Parts: sequence; C-alpha cells; structure tokens
Amino acid sequence: MSLALLLEQLLNGLQLGVMLFLMAAGLTLIFGVMGLINLAHGSLYMIGAFACASVAAATGSFWIGLIASLAAAAAAGALLEVAVIRRLYDRDHLDQVLATFALILILSEGTRWLFGSFPLYLDIPPVLQGAVPLPGGGQYQLYRLAIIGVGVLVAIGLYWLIARTRLGMRIRAGESDREMIGALGVDISTLYTVVFALGAALAGFAGALVGALQSVQVGMGEPVLILAFVVIVIGGIGSIKGALVGAILVGVVDTMGRFLLPQLLALMLPAAQAGMAGAALASMLIYIVMALILALRPNGLFTARA
Amino acid sequence: MNAAMSSREIFANMLIVALFLAIPLGAVLLDEPFHLTLATRIAVLALAATGLNIALGLGGLVSFGHAAFFGLGGYTAGIIASHALNVEPLALGLPATQSMPVIALVAVAVAALVALPIGAISLRTSGVYFIMITLAFAQMIYFFAVSWPAYGGEDGLPMTLRNAFPGVNTSKPLPFFLVCLAVLAVALLLFWLIRGSRFGAALQAGRQNPTRLAAVGISPFGIRLAAFVISAMVAALAGVLFANLSRFASPSMLSWQMSGELIVLIVLGGKDRLLGPLAGAMLYVFFEYMLGGLTERWQFFLGLILLGVVLFARGGLLGLLAGRPRHG
Repeated sequence: MSLALLLEQLLNGLQLGVMLFLMAAGLTLIFGVMGLINLAHGSLYMIGAFACASVAAATGSFWIGLIASLAAAAAAGALLEVAVIRRLYDRDHLDQVLATFALILILSEGTRWLFGSFPLYLDIPPVLQGAVPLPGGGQYQLYRLAIIGVGVLVAIGLYWLIARTRLGMRIRAGESDREMIGALGVDISTLYTVVFALGAALAGFAGALVGALQSVQVGMGEPVLILAFVVIVIGGIGSIKGALVGAILVGVVDTMGRFLLPQLLALMLPAAQAGMAGAALASMLIYIVMALILALRPNGLFTARA
Repeated sequence: MNAAMSSREIFANMLIVALFLAIPLGAVLLDEPFHLTLATRIAVLALAATGLNIALGLGGLVSFGHAAFFGLGGYTAGIIASHALNVEPLALGLPATQSMPVIALVAVAVAALVALPIGAISLRTSGVYFIMITLAFAQMIYFFAVSWPAYGGEDGLPMTLRNAFPGVNTSKPLPFFLVCLAVLAVALLLFWLIRGSRFGAALQAGRQNPTRLAAVGISPFGIRLAAFVISAMVAALAGVLFANLSRFASPSMLSWQMSGELIVLIVLGGKDRLLGPLAGAMLYVFFEYMLGGLTERWQFFLGLILLGVVLFARGGLLGLLAGRPRHG
C-alpha cells in the first residue's frame, strides 16, 4: 500500500464528505428551523442532476447546466414547500415521514415519466478534465479536487450567510423561537419558503456535481439521502457545524473502511474470505460508528436544541 | 383503555373482514388461484404491519427500520431451507430442516436477538433520532445481506420449495393461504390482548404522556423495549411467510422502501386500530394491482393518494368508516 494510494483514498473520502455536507446542510437547516423531517430531499438532489444533465446536453455547456440545476431545485423546493410541505409543520413526525415518502414516489415516477428509464450522462467540463500529480507519485482527478474546493467554499458561504446576514439572523431566530420572530413582524411563511428553497438548491447543486461522476438516474437520491441522515444524526440535528463534522467523518470513514478493512482482515484470514468479510464489514461501518456515537451521545455530537 | 367499541366501529371492522374474506371465497368459487395469491399477499403484509403496529400504533415508536426484521425472517427461511435442500448442516453443525413451524420459531428467535440491542440503543433516543437510527440499523443489515455473497448477495436467495407445514400441502394456494390467515388471526388476537393488558395500557400511556407514566412509577424504557422486540418478532414471522409466498428471500425485503411501505399500510388503514393494518394492506394491494394494471406509473398515483390521505384523511380508511378513534 503506497502513500499515493492512501492519499488518493483520503481525498475520495473528503470528496464524498463534501457532497454529503451539501445534502446534510439543507436537511439539518430545514429540521432546525421548521422542525420538518424531509425524505424528499433526495428527490431534489435527483432533480438538480437531471436539470444539469439535460440543460448541459441541450446547450453544450456544463456551467449553464449547473446554474439550471440550482434554479430547478430551488424552484421545485419552493413549489413543494408552498403546495405540500407547509401543511406539515404542525404535524407529528409520522405524518411528515409519510407525506414526504409519498413525494418521493411522485417525484421519482414523474421524473421517469419525463426522462424515461435510461440514465443520462453528464461530461466533466473540459477545464476540469485531467489529473493533478500527488506527492508520492500518484495522480488525482482534477474534477474531484474541484468538488472538494467548491464544497469548502459553500461551507464558508453558508457560515457567512447564517452568522453575518440579516437572513441568517432570522434563520437563527427561527431556530430558537419561531413564535417570537413572527410576533416581531418577520413574515415567517416566506422565511420558511426561502429556507426550504435554499436547502433544495444545495441538494440540487450536489446532485449536479455528482452527476458528472456517475450516471444520472431515477433513484440516485435515496442512497445519498440515507447517508445524509446518518450525517445529521451523528452531528446533531439542526447543527450546521455538526453536519460539516459528521459529513467529513462519514465520507472518510466509509471510503477508508472500504479500502483498509479488506487489507486489515487479510492479515488474519485467507485472502478470499478477507475480501468478502472486509467488504461486508466496510459497508456496515458507518452505521456501526453511528450506533456507537448515539449510544454515547443520544443527541449527536453537537446538539443544536433540546 | 379497552373501552367497548362503538357500533359504527364494529360495523366498519366487520365490513373490512367481510371484504377481505370475500377475496379468497370468490377465488375458490370462481377457480381463480391468482386472487388467492393476492389474498395471501394481503394477509402476509397485514401480518407484518400488525407487528409494526404494536410499536407504532400502541407505543408511538415510529420505527423506520422494520424491514430489517421482516427481511431477517425471509432470509432465515431461505437460508435454512437451502441448507436442508442441499443436505448441509447449519452453523455449529445443527441439522437444517424444511419444517415451517421450526423455521418460524428460529426466525422469531433471531429477530428477538437482533431487535434487543437495536431497540436498546435506538430507544435511548426519541423523535426524529429514533426514526433515523432505526432506518440506519435496517440499512446496516441490508448492506450486509447485499455484500455477503454466500446467500445470494444482491441477487437474493431463491427457495425451490415452500417450507413444509405438518398436515398441510403448502405448495397449493388455498392451504398456504389458510396457514397465513391463521397466523394473521393469532397476531391480531395478540395485538388485541396487548392493547387491553396492563402492559398495553402502560405502553399507550407512554405514547400519550411519558412524564405522567414516570410519575406513577413506571419507566417507559423497558415497556417500549418489550413492545419493540415483540413487534420485531411478529414482523419476522411475516417475513418467513412472505419468502415462502414468493419462494424468494430478496434483499428488497430488507430495503428502506419496505420499511416505508409497512408504515404506509398502517396509516392507509388507520393507525392505532386493530384492523388498520389489514384495511391498509387491502387498499395497498388493491392499488398495486388495479393501478398497476392500468398504468406502469402506478406508484405516481399511489404517491398522490397517500399524500391525500396524510393531508386530508388522517384516520385512514377505518377513520373514514368508523369515525374518530376512541382514544389517541
């Protein structure tokens, strides 16, 4: 096992973590502010990817596609919020789970209706094609590095938005006391729509970025959604900082587990068995980590509110 | 707690049972074995949802991971049967068997052993955390099943023969349906007994007001854990029958969509009602086949219907038929 390979896997883990952060930030914000558990967040990720792939195919430009993904996911988010989601804020979590589960069925089948069952493909933009040399002799895809960079920028931007702007102040106020900020004259239903659309845009953006790495297809959102749930549960629901830490943790643990566990087990077991057991164990690893963290801290690492 | 049912609710329950029993009866009279299979599917799904209803309906524990126990039941049946077919002993040299009662016992025991630690960890949390952690545990088992190639991995595990039941030819649709019906009836009786018992009263009190429950000196944790484990055991039993019905233990039995569907069944029918899961399973299978026959995109319309039920008809089918629940 060379240093370059280890570094490459570490960067892959970081890239996965950054993607998960984009998903988890929206989920945790929506839960923190509106108290809503949104299973349809994965569908917004899918919508972003489809918008990017189809607009990029039509215009020939990845960048226009990327803008389209943000616009489409934000618009879909705002529409969903106004039509369905706002009726769920006062309901219990069971109703929220069911209604957003129903939205997944509707949005997945609707997308299949519009785009067919065949996956779409999205090319990496020419500027970001190619590889970067790694210390130790390896090479790393430039595009994946760019994703990590973009993710870090978004994290900083989100921090700035929440800590430094008027909108962020209202979001924070909404998290701590939603009745009070309504009483102070803030139009709370518009604020909720904006927060939901913002979360949706982040999810759509993540979908578009990942769309260039894998095929764009119906159902692509749900595996990421479940990982994002693990992230926010580990981080503490409602906490953006928790989402960031949780996302990096999950991304790196998952990637490194898949890489290292089979090799580790090979020291003890025959090769074939080690590969099998290692792969099985690695696919369960993040859930084991989550269970351990929750067993010790039932409200996650960073508790935003009781 | 177990106050007498209103006459309207009794009527609604009788209607559900009559409608349900009309399906196999019609199938036998008209000699349409396919509808018997549908009725069996309804009975098995209703059984799984009745299991979940012990935790969700009575205890208010929204488990988004009951597919894990359903699938464990299915895989237990598939694994033991495949060993028996190939005359290979199981782990620890135990002999494999084709006997359904023995397999069901093993499946229920396995589910209890798995549900105990999962429940003990998950019940330390509540609300959204509980929903997500149960989901995560189910995903863990799902990924294990998919990545462990010995028992089919992603392809699942076909069962060549249905398990044997003493005195019953399970490979024929009618006897197999009757077995499933009997198990469902026992599970519904269990639900009814639990709801009326002291344990059930404490469980429901824990859902409605945990602080008050603690104030009378009962800790909700042990009661909830017991309900969670019992609920998982019933779901595993349903999994055994489901794998037998389709002659296939598929990873999709363990998937998060399955967990979602089980919740959907309960809410479509009416949460916290004895026959809610049965009503829900009937509606679900009805939609699946009616809409599925009309359009390939039936899930789109199922989504719309489900959304409508959650937003506008909160009591589900039984709520529409029987009026407001007696308590809740």
